[in-house]
Parts: sequence; C-alpha cells; structure tokens
Amino acid sequence: MTKDGADLNKRRFLTNTTAVIGAVGAGFVAVPFLASWAPSERAKTAGAPVEVDISKLQEGQKLTVEWRGKPVWIIKRTEQNLKDLPTLNDKLRDPDSENDQQPEYARNTTRSRKPQIAVMVGICTHLGCSPTYRPDIAPADLGADWKGGFFCPCHGSKFDLAGRVYQGVPAPLNLVVPPYFFKSERTVLIGEDGGAA
Amino acid sequence: MFKNLMTWVDARFPATKMWNEHLAEYYAPKNFNFWYFFGSLALLVLVIQIVSGIFLTMHYKPDGSIAFASVEYIMRDVPYGWLIRYIHSTGATAFFVVVYLHMFRGLMYGSFKKPRELVWLFGMFIYLALMAEAFMGYLLPWGQMSFWGAQVIISLFGALPIIGEPLTLWIRGDYVISDATLNRFFALHVIALPLVLIGLVVAHIIALHEVGSNNPEGIEIKKNKDENGVPLDGIPFHPYYSVKDIVGVIVFLMFFSLVLFFAPEGGGYLLEHANFIPSDPLKTPEHIAPVWYFTPFYAILRAVPDKLMGVIAMGLSIVVLFLLPWIDQCKVKSIRYRGMSFKILLVLFVIAFIALGWLGMQPATPLLTMLAQIFSVIYFGFFIALYFTSKNEATKPVPERITK
Repeated sequence: MTKDGADLNKRRFLTNTTAVIGAVGAGFVAVPFLASWAPSERAKTAGAPVEVDISKLQEGQKLTVEWRGKPVWIIKRTEQNLKDLPTLNDKLRDPDSENDQQPEYARNTTRSRKPQIAVMVGICTHLGCSPTYRPDIAPADLGADWKGGFFCPCHGSKFDLAGRVYQGVPAPLNLVVPPYFFKSERTVLIGEDGGAA
Repeated sequence: MFKNLMTWVDARFPATKMWNEHLAEYYAPKNFNFWYFFGSLALLVLVIQIVSGIFLTMHYKPDGSIAFASVEYIMRDVPYGWLIRYIHSTGATAFFVVVYLHMFRGLMYGSFKKPRELVWLFGMFIYLALMAEAFMGYLLPWGQMSFWGAQVIISLFGALPIIGEPLTLWIRGDYVISDATLNRFFALHVIALPLVLIGLVVAHIIALHEVGSNNPEGIEIKKNKDENGVPLDGIPFHPYYSVKDIVGVIVFLMFFSLVLFFAPEGGGYLLEHANFIPSDPLKTPEHIAPVWYFTPFYAILRAVPDKLMGVIAMGLSIVVLFLLPWIDQCKVKSIRYRGMSFKILLVLFVIAFIALGWLGMQPATPLLTMLAQIFSVIYFGFFIALYFTSKNEATKPVPERITK
C-alpha cells in the first residue's frame, strides 16, 4: 500500500516496532525504581538472634522481647493451662498445627519445646496487630468458656495459650512460633534452632 | 493598557480563550442549589491542604527516630506551627466531608449518568487518590495509631494469594513498618500523590466542561439553545456562580474555623488519642480504629469472618461505586422524577453507610459484628436491587425546560 510515493505498510511497521522497543525500554528502566522499594541490605542484616533470661519468669507471666522488629512473647503456662489446652481442640481451626506456622519441634499439643514455656511471635495472623494477653479464666467480655489466651483488639480474633486460632474469627492461621532453643535452664535464644531443624 | 497586554498574551497563550471556555462563557444550569457548593469547596480544600502541607514539610522530619518529636516541635516551638498543623489535619477531615456530600449529590441527581460517566470515573479516581493520600499522611506523625493503622492496612495486601506476602514486604521495604516505610510514604504523600490528584482534578473539570453540568432537575440544558448556541436555561459560571460560591466558601470557612480553633482533635475522632503516644512496634493500642472517613469500609472488612473474603468485600465496596453508571440503568436522572423504589433504596443506602461508619469506630463485639454484617448486606444490596429495579422504574415525566 502506497500513498504519494510513501510505503504505508513499511511506515506502520516502523511505527509499531519503535513503539514496542520503546515500551520494552521503559519497562527495563522501571526495574531499578521498583526494585529500590525492596528491603535494603541494612534491613536484611538487622535480624540478629536475641538471648533472653527467663529465670525470673513466674507462672502466668508474659515477657515481650523484640526480634526482627516484632514482639516475641515468652509465657510460662500453669499446669491448669496445660490441662485445658486439649479440651479446646474442637473449637479451633488448626488444633494439631498442620499449617507451617511453627518449626517441626513445636508441632505438638503445646506448640513448644518445653510444655510450660511458650514462645511465639505476638503478631495476629489476620492484619498484623499485636493481640492482648488475657490469661484470666472466664472473664465477662470473652465468655464462660475462655480458658486464657490472646484477644486481638483490632478485629476480635482469639487464640488459646498455645497461640492456636479459634474458629469463627477473621485470623486464618495459628500464631507463628519462631525458631528458638534453650541455651541453658535460664536462657532461651530466639532466632536460631540450635542445630535442630 | 490591560487590553493591549491581553492582546499580546492571547497571541502567544490562549488566556482569554481559557477564561471564557471555563468561566465567563461556561454556561451552567440556572437552578443550582445548596448541593452544588461542594465541588468548588473541594477545590478550595485542595488548595488549603497543598499550602499548609508545603509549610509543614519545612519543619517535619521523615525519619523514624525523630518524626514524632518533629511533630511535637511543630506544635510547641515553631511560630504558629500548631495552627498550620491543625489547618492541615482539619483540612483532611473537611476534604472528606465535602467529597462525601459532593458524591451524594451526584448519586441523588444522577450526575454520573450518560454523558457524564467519565466525570464520575475521574471523580472516583480522585476519591481513591484522596484515600491513599490521607492514609499515607496519617503515618507521618509516627504515633501509635499511625503505626498500627499502617500495619493493618498494609497487611490487607497480604491476604492476596501467593503474591500477598512479597507484596507487603515490598510496600514496607522492611520486615516490619519502619523508617523505610515512613520515608517512602512521606515522598508519596508530599509529591507523587498530590501530582496525581491535581492531574485528576484537571481531567475531572475538563470532562465536566465538555459535557456540561447536570442540575437538580436532571434536565439537559444543551437540548434548548438560543440562536447563538447558548443554552436557554444556562447562566455564565462567572460571575453568577463564582459569586454564589463565595457565599458557600464563607459559610464553609466558618465551620472550618469552629473545628480548627475549638476542637482540632475532634474529641479523638479527628486526631486519635493513641496517636499522641510515640509508635511502639511491640504494643498495639487497646482499641484501634481508623479515622472516621475510612470506617464504613473498615466495618465491612471486619464484618466478614475470613481474611481473604473480608479484604475482597472491602475492595468490592469501593469498586462497585466505580460501576454505578452501568448499574443504574434508569433513563431519568434526578431523584425528583424517579420512582419510589429508588428513593427507598437511597435512604437505606445512606443509613447503611452512616451505620457502618459508626460501627467501624466501635470495638468488635459479637452484637456489633452482627450489625455490621446486616448493614454490609444492605450496602451491597443497594447496588444489586438498583441494577434490577432501575430498568423498569415507575418514573414521573421530566419537563423539557427548567422552570424555576
């Protein structure tokens, strides 16, 4: 197809190829800008493990420490708490911890290395608020069946004292158990497995 | 002298042409009422926000370690810093007040209908940009509510399958909300989004002036023109409506000043109490709620007891507004000539919107969650019912001319 001596097909071909090459070029130029939003090297290296002295932790008490910018809770559960945990199973979404929210060594009824000591990341799996520790048994606002646990003030999600999520709340998953191990009777190191996978 | 100057300019830049096209010879329907103040008021608030915002950036520090202190510095030490900051925070609320009333006007008089679909769509994008602008601005004081509000909203993206978690990491630029997040939100809040907003506002007005303004009667004034092509029921925007709008501006500024000088914190609804505590990544405030203009959508999010479905429902509650020109198929524009079904639906919608707004501020108790579910159903029910009833609505005959 020609008009006034110009080859229109050739002209269209050249216009289109120029546009496509230009768009590809623009796409490549966008990469460094988009990539600049990813965590910086400094942010990536800031995740050092945290050593915590738990010798003074009393039964029912909660310690909060910061690990990778997030709150990590260490709780010493009472004997009664441990007895209550299995009785809650039919009210929970994932009572047997089938989802990968914990290391293998915490895939048990108490979701912990030692039954009494619970270690978990205190960030709700719904939208990232930090739930409130409610160890009181059967308080007025949470109902007569409450055996202690965590209540998220943002959207009402509930977890038991092993961080297992209740049914019928917005949070989909159990609380995350971070990698940790007991360096001695008194101290726990959060952020490392101590060799065990 | 001035005439010669304008001739010189007009030969080089279409100043007089633009003045005439958009003001002196832009013919607006002669029957604008109270509801038509809010478009120009939104423009005024945009200017207030840009000016007060520019002056705030001269003292504010977008750095995680000193941001909170720099806001306190503005409030206590900078001469009139408190005033500039309160103008900006009150302006944010005022922006949403006028925009919600402006949108409701469009809903009531069918201003989104053919040929004004693009006016509506540009307007919806303005609303979206405004929500992003408000959200990012709220992070900057770096208080508890800033931090945890951003944590919740950014986590919303984490509900998306597969891409969700990497996406939230990319938005935050860190594994938690941190200095990196604050710094980029500052850049978006003071440069990127205002540019987008201004561009959209220009597009909104150009599209409006191309098709002409709707009016409370919903009559197209361009159908009846005199021999010069001037709509018979139209009057020039300037001086008629420019002068009328000044009255609106004065009344608006009276209300604005009342809030600004007597209740800048709005009892904790405009500036939330928890935001006077520096951000603490280890502790969520006992009760967190977004600022009032987000609460209807937040209530919808909370009403759904499933993470992904909740986020989808909240997203849909905004997306569905974009689709309004195609959902409402009634040919009659104004509520004055529409059927009873539309009037009932609109009243229900307004009740649901306000109720959801209230519920979004309350703690999530089982009773209130159930109420939120009921009102969410009404919210979406409005659009579904409108789609099915609007086609065969029992409308009244629309007059040919604007008589009043």
